Amino acid sequence: MSTELVLLAVLMFGATYPSRALGLLTPGLERLPRVALDYLQLVGPAVLAALAAVNVMVALDDAGSPRFHVGIEWLAVAACLAMTAWRRNLLLGLAVAVGIVIVARATGLAALPG
Amino acid sequence: MSTIVFAGAAQFAAVGYVASGIAWPGVVLLTALLNARHLLYSAALAPWLRDVPFVRRAVMAHLLTDEAFALSIGHFRRLGRTDERGYWLGAVASTFIPWNLATLAGVLLGGEIPDPARFGIDIIFPAAMIGLAVGLITGRREVVAAITGAGVGVVVALVSSPAIGIVTGGLVGPAIGLLVPATIAEERAPLGTAASAERYAMPGTHVREDEAP
Repeated sequence: MSTELVLLAVLMFGATYPSRALGLLTPGLERLPRVALDYLQLVGPAVLAALAAVNVMVALDDAGSPRFHVGIEWLAVAACLAMTAWRRNLLLGLAVAVGIVIVARATGLAALPG
Repeated sequence: MSTIVFAGAAQFAAVGYVASGIAWPGVVLLTALLNARHLLYSAALAPWLRDVPFVRRAVMAHLLTDEAFALSIGHFRRLGRTDERGYWLGAVASTFIPWNLATLAGVLLGGEIPDPARFGIDIIFPAAMIGLAVGLITGRREVVAAITGAGVGVVVALVSSPAIGIVTGGLVGPAIGLLVPATIAEERAPLGTAASAERYAMPGTHVREDEAP
């Protein structure tokens, strides 16, 4: 195990912490215009949905360039979404998503990633 | 790295970058880009945590992840008030400790698992993110913000990079969401009014109409 990577981890922390702390440590953010506060309350669904969509619909090719990806992951994430909305149970949604992927890959209906 | 950086996507990416020989400054720059979305989380949580002492907020910031954000802000909304203990539970007990234990388990036992993708492990992250997004949806504006964020995120990711796509989706989605005509009573309330605030159960950040100067 390389201890050199500890220094890299510290540098990565230095690159990550400011974005995490800026909002929480900036005084008076709660006194922003009201529209801005309402905007911030919509950030969660937008970022989380963007994370999920980009994760399953965009893959990187060998050269590291993004390309559109279609696969069983779409169905799995859609099933998780539906199950979570219907039963209000994220664990159940995750189990269904993982189950779909396992079965699809085991039966050859879907290829393994990469 | 799991303890110091504590950012899953950045850690996975860093392994790939180091393996492919990208210089450290490039890795650090890409890490900053990947984690820029935390700025939005941090700003969204700030009004809720404004009464928490500065030092504790500084520690909270290090523990701010996608999961901690979604769990805590959903919890605050359900309660209708800030629950600092709830934040620590969501960030430490359900995220920080399991992430570090799982990292340790992966280091010790990962080689014994021939191909983790066969077990669908790669789908857990996007599925969890969409499930957490569902938990934050309380009206049409959230739905539109989420759909727009996802669509814009994918398009921008395809023409630039996934990290830029996610941040752009997170910025554009809420702006479009605010444009949606309101249907339910709270949504019909003008933005920034007490009725609008009650929808998000964010006490103290909005002024009631009858208290306004």
